[in-house]
Amino acid sequence: MDVAIVGIGIHPFGRTPSRTGLQQGAYAARLALLDAGVEWRDIQFAFGGSASAGSADALVNELGLTGIPFINVANGCATGGSSLISAFNAIKSGQYDIGMVAGFDKHDRGAFNADPKELGIGEWYGEVGLMMTTQFFAMKIQKYMHDYNISTETLARVSEKAFINGSKNPNAWRREPIAVEEIANSTMVNDPLTKFMFCSPSEGGVALVLCRADHAHRYTDTPVYLKAATMKSRRYGSFEVFAPSQALQQVDGPTVDAASAAFEMAGVGPADMDVLQLQDTEAGAEIMHMAENGFCEHGEQESLIASGATHIGGAMPVNTDGGCLANGEPIGASGLRQVYENVLQLRGQAGEHQVPGNPRLAYTHVYGAPGISAVTILQK
Amino acid sequence: MTKQVPIAEGLFTWPSPAPALLASRCQRCGIASFPAADSCMACSGQDVAIEELPRRGTLWTWTVQQFMPKTPYRSNETAQTFKPYGVGYVELPGGVRVEGRLTESDPQKLRIGMEMDVIFAPFRTEDNGDEVINFFFQPVA
Repeated sequence: MDVAIVGIGIHPFGRTPSRTGLQQGAYAARLALLDAGVEWRDIQFAFGGSASAGSADALVNELGLTGIPFINVANGCATGGSSLISAFNAIKSGQYDIGMVAGFDKHDRGAFNADPKELGIGEWYGEVGLMMTTQFFAMKIQKYMHDYNISTETLARVSEKAFINGSKNPNAWRREPIAVEEIANSTMVNDPLTKFMFCSPSEGGVALVLCRADHAHRYTDTPVYLKAATMKSRRYGSFEVFAPSQALQQVDGPTVDAASAAFEMAGVGPADMDVLQLQDTEAGAEIMHMAENGFCEHGEQESLIASGATHIGGAMPVNTDGGCLANGEPIGASGLRQVYENVLQLRGQAGEHQVPGNPRLAYTHVYGAPGISAVTILQK
Repeated sequence: MTKQVPIAEGLFTWPSPAPALLASRCQRCGIASFPAADSCMACSGQDVAIEELPRRGTLWTWTVQQFMPKTPYRSNETAQTFKPYGVGYVELPGGVRVEGRLTESDPQKLRIGMEMDVIFAPFRTEDNGDEVINFFFQPVA
């Protein structure tokens, strides 16, 4: 039994002082129901998550008390991906015909301040100033640039593209293009990464209606099939965020593992993908994730990015909706935003940010603390 | 007289005439962990022995923290007195790569592969006057 996505909804990302995170989630859920042409009472189950905006299952207070099982998912940046895997399996198993996945969030301004205790790390680690995701990303790209000759200009070009794509996406937060020189010369945050190379915590909501594939045409003329949804945690020896120490011998990280599992599940390879949404917590992450997901060799990004390959009209369009850099990162909604964008792309409904050439296969990837990754492959 | 207390018990030997970082080494697979733990992250073994890590290593990667972190950061600094600090992983041969603050915060003076020594120095002073000791990595002169 295949699984289809037949309804999608989004609440614009960014800052919406007039709505709570939960209300942004409900807004997205109503749009997804409308898109699928169903009512909330038709939904048989739901999985959802939010890191900072309350319990996702409180959505039933907004949408209606129908008695369905609504299961909260809390898996950091992989919350959306983990909800999708759960819904995928619930339908694949034959238990349910139609359900919803929802994610929303509303974070305070400024960098996340994670609590070491929640991750089993001593309090000293936070007290001395090491409990910072931004430091990890900076140190990972610093090492990567050293090993594979990636330039600072390439970092700036990733942000430049993100803001160009954001300017074409009405639901994005950052909608003004910024010049490469301004990005490179903006305030240094964690060397080598400047202010405009980092995404910020933000707000937003996304919801999807999924059903068994043989029912898809009851709801839509343009079903998109979820061919793979995988999630992996770190193995011993991978270089991860919030690690007081690292092994002497490095192994591949959870991104590599989640990607290969997804390609195997879908029976396709990296070269078959027409549009890519890759975790871009900061500009360096997009560069490294291009290779870790299998879309190029390590170091090849320098020439690929300079040639424009990752732009919307290029050979491997990456983060066509502006990614985290232009949308910010509401943790519970971020992974589902990527899936929303890929459904638009495969339906041919992405407007100004539509990839040309009638894309057929689309790929999403998230990465987050404390070393987890989730991947989806969609096909029309 | 000022009392000096370690920032956490079991992180390094203190007080000691020659303090050192402490790791646990798995007696089954030989992998070292920092901070010391009761079980091995590599093989799940539970037979571990505590040992001192080498005091000199090489800088594996680094960054500079240019803005003052929010809580749980707890120094004596204010937004006005905050000074950027270096952060890096230092590869301690035969042990593990340990993340720590660097005594150097000038990006021009930091490079991957340079030799670093671990040192132990005051990080903050408590309200009762106690000096809290932390470990730092310092470029070899």
